[in-house]
Amino acid sequence: MGLVLSEDQQMLKKAAADFVKKQSPISRVRALRDSDDSVGFSRDLWKKMAELGWPAIMIPEEAGGLGMGCLEMACVMEECGRSLVPEPLLSTAVLGAAAVVLGGTQAHKADLLPRVADGSLLMSLAYQEREGRYDLAHCRTRAEKKGSSYVLSGEKTLVLDGHVAEVIVVVARSAGEHGDRDGISLFVVERGAAGVEVARQKTMHLRQVAILRMNGVEVSSAAMLGTEGNGLALLEDVIDRATAGLCAEMLGNMTATFEMTLDYLKTRKQYGVPIGSFQALKHRAAKMFVELELARSSVMGACTALDHGAPEARALVSVAKARCSDAGAMIGYEGLQMHGGIGMTDEHDVGFFLKRLRGSEMTFGDAAYHRNRFAALQGF
Amino acid sequence: MSDLQEFREEVRAWLDANCPASLRWGAAVGNEALGDGLYWGGKKERSAATDAKLWLDRMAARGWTAPTWPKAYGGGGLSKEEAKILAEEMRRLRCKPALVGFGLTMIGPLLLQYGNEQQKSRFLPEIVRGEVRWCQGYSEPEAGSDLAGLRARAVRDGDFYVVNGQKVWTSYADKSDWMFMLVRTDPDKPKHEGISFMLIDMDQPGVTVKPIKLISGQSPFCETFLEDARVSAEHVVGGINNGWTMAKALLGHERSMISEAFNESEDKNELVSAARRYVGVESGGRVADAALRDRIAQLTMDKLCLELTLKRTKEAAKLGHQPGPEASIFKYYATELNKDRSALLVGILGPQGLGWEGEGFDEDELAHTRAWLRARGNSIEGGTSEIQLNIIAKRVLGLPD
Ligand SMILES: Cc1cc2nc3c(=O)[nH]c(=O)nc-3n(C[C@H](O)[C@H](O)[C@H](O)COP(=O)(O)OP(=O)(O)OC[C@H]3O[C@@H](n4cnc5c(N)ncnc54)[C@H](O)[C@@H]3O)c2cc1C
Repeated sequence: MGLVLSEDQQMLKKAAADFVKKQSPISRVRALRDSDDSVGFSRDLWKKMAELGWPAIMIPEEAGGLGMGCLEMACVMEECGRSLVPEPLLSTAVLGAAAVVLGGTQAHKADLLPRVADGSLLMSLAYQEREGRYDLAHCRTRAEKKGSSYVLSGEKTLVLDGHVAEVIVVVARSAGEHGDRDGISLFVVERGAAGVEVARQKTMHLRQVAILRMNGVEVSSAAMLGTEGNGLALLEDVIDRATAGLCAEMLGNMTATFEMTLDYLKTRKQYGVPIGSFQALKHRAAKMFVELELARSSVMGACTALDHGAPEARALVSVAKARCSDAGAMIGYEGLQMHGGIGMTDEHDVGFFLKRLRGSEMTFGDAAYHRNRFAALQGF
Repeated sequence: MSDLQEFREEVRAWLDANCPASLRWGAAVGNEALGDGLYWGGKKERSAATDAKLWLDRMAARGWTAPTWPKAYGGGGLSKEEAKILAEEMRRLRCKPALVGFGLTMIGPLLLQYGNEQQKSRFLPEIVRGEVRWCQGYSEPEAGSDLAGLRARAVRDGDFYVVNGQKVWTSYADKSDWMFMLVRTDPDKPKHEGISFMLIDMDQPGVTVKPIKLISGQSPFCETFLEDARVSAEHVVGGINNGWTMAKALLGHERSMISEAFNESEDKNELVSAARRYVGVESGGRVADAALRDRIAQLTMDKLCLELTLKRTKEAAKLGHQPGPEASIFKYYATELNKDRSALLVGILGPQGLGWEGEGFDEDELAHTRAWLRARGNSIEGGTSEIQLNIIAKRVLGLPD
């Protein structure tokens, strides 16, 4: 069940498509990049997205949200992926919201979720460090117990929208050694707290990310999400949801690249004929289409399984991320190749999508990481 | 209890009482994906009073070899839901299908769609009962991918057509009683418009069959020579010079059958269990060879993606949507994937995958090696992968000629 969108979901997707088309053509992303905009997105547009309910999608109704699931989020994320919409959906509405929904106390939920839902609070999750690649148990950031509070010290990188998020969920080690699966805890940290320092990072994949440095940041024990030392399971659940969301965005990236390429195959002429009449290119275009369809099924499968709490959800998230990573690379590279020289120029959009797809491939685990995780989950 | 629930109970009890133990999967060695040990029917295989024959007769008496065909033609007259229940219960009790073959999957559905009353009542009941086995005479030495270039010529002679020409790659022609074929009836018309679809009785002097050996050592297909062979004019399906329309309709049945077939194999972890046995495991059950393990994960995931896509199409169809463009990818992807999987399986066996026959190899090992070789044909039969990609490029993507 749930591999085909319901009428409501189709309407949501259509509305998102219309909104993105009108409000956020890819030229916007280009202009924001070229002007080195300090925010990197538009707060006004974020407000409008909040009016449409996007940040509220995965938040329960009793906390001011819409009480919908990953599949609905995927509808929106896919459309945003079609033109690399830069607003902080993944950081706030997926990572931040999921961490609080899945691990927060009543107090956290009452405090944070309504503000996420109405768009007034930006959030993020700080889990990555410079080493450790995709290993979620890699965590050197320490959380030392001090009376009824914890003191956080360490450095996190690639924190999505970290430069603007007011509340950041930080993954830190409250016990054990680096690499242990036990001893990890999650804390809600205000970016304005004493000892917090944020520095923007410049990456190739056109996402807003930042380094988060913590020098003895004191947080009360009430700031903890989930239970002490058991944060890894919670972190995995949160990242699974974000991975599904990112895969949907990749689907949008791939679709845009594919449509752009198909259009070029039909209009660009060489030897007096459209280049799309050459069989060498036709077959490769057909294979791109095959990959796109399989990727779409994998994303639908993962989202539906997550929404139903199905036991195979985690494995299906890995299936989706592995597929979207591989398909994304294939479609991105082939799309560029079929554009010839123009595809290599910064002026052409195809390179934007290639960069984003590669960046997403290397976020939340690449294809090899997810094949390994899948095999382990399947017991081989 | 709902009607369907009642039906399920009745089906289960009946199957369990009537399906001989030897006709349950797992009862004998054999490669399920290859269809070993299945009963194909026809006059040439019906001699022995075997369990298979008993199972066929019992199932055919209820019309359950063709569950959804109308009762008037010997079918089961079941609704889609009931047929699904029957299939589910057969799977649960591990019953083998009582009958397989091109009669049930290809010519039968086509006759139901396009046959006239006389053709339906003449041919369908004997297909249901497994009395007549069918083969497909399309390809010719000069007409493969470009099937419409076929030359076998049929000329009217009173109430008959007289046919001359040669067919090739005719699967199971040596074991079949009848053949559905494409022949040229009007050489002056454009090539697609001068073709007719005919049913020919193979038991006549004008039809000669010569088996061809495959790289797998088996001889499932044949050359079929037609020399003044006779076809009753009543056995033209869909009208004269309308054969291309019939061919296209039937190809749809054939391609969906090929892609579905690979999807039904029961043992989802064949690759994993072979790896455990031949490669060994580390602590925690990990397959010991990291590169093989990665490849197994890759192909297992690919299969899941294909299954999800098939499911997606079915769900969409249930909601009344037209089959979307995703349907065109199945023949291509399912066959390419099956080739990869069967190649990997032999790779996992290592030197034990080298066996051809005789001592030193067990039956499964020998079957896997033969299956790997046979699988190379999956992306050739029923339209090659290149042709499938042409179709996607043209029909789905609208790329210019
Ligand atoms: C196991 C098996 C069972 C079969 N059973 C039957 C049967 O029961 N009845 C029957 O009638 N036929 C049967 N066939 C025949 C099958 O349908 C043909 O082999 C197939 O259509 C290809 O035709 P061909 O062999 O003449 O190859 P060709 O058409 O000569 O193709 C040779 C190569 O050229 C490529 N090619 C051809 N045209 C193009 C193009 N336009 N663009 C790009 N590449 C192209 C092909 O993809 C292939 O790689 C069977 C084949 C096999 C392998």
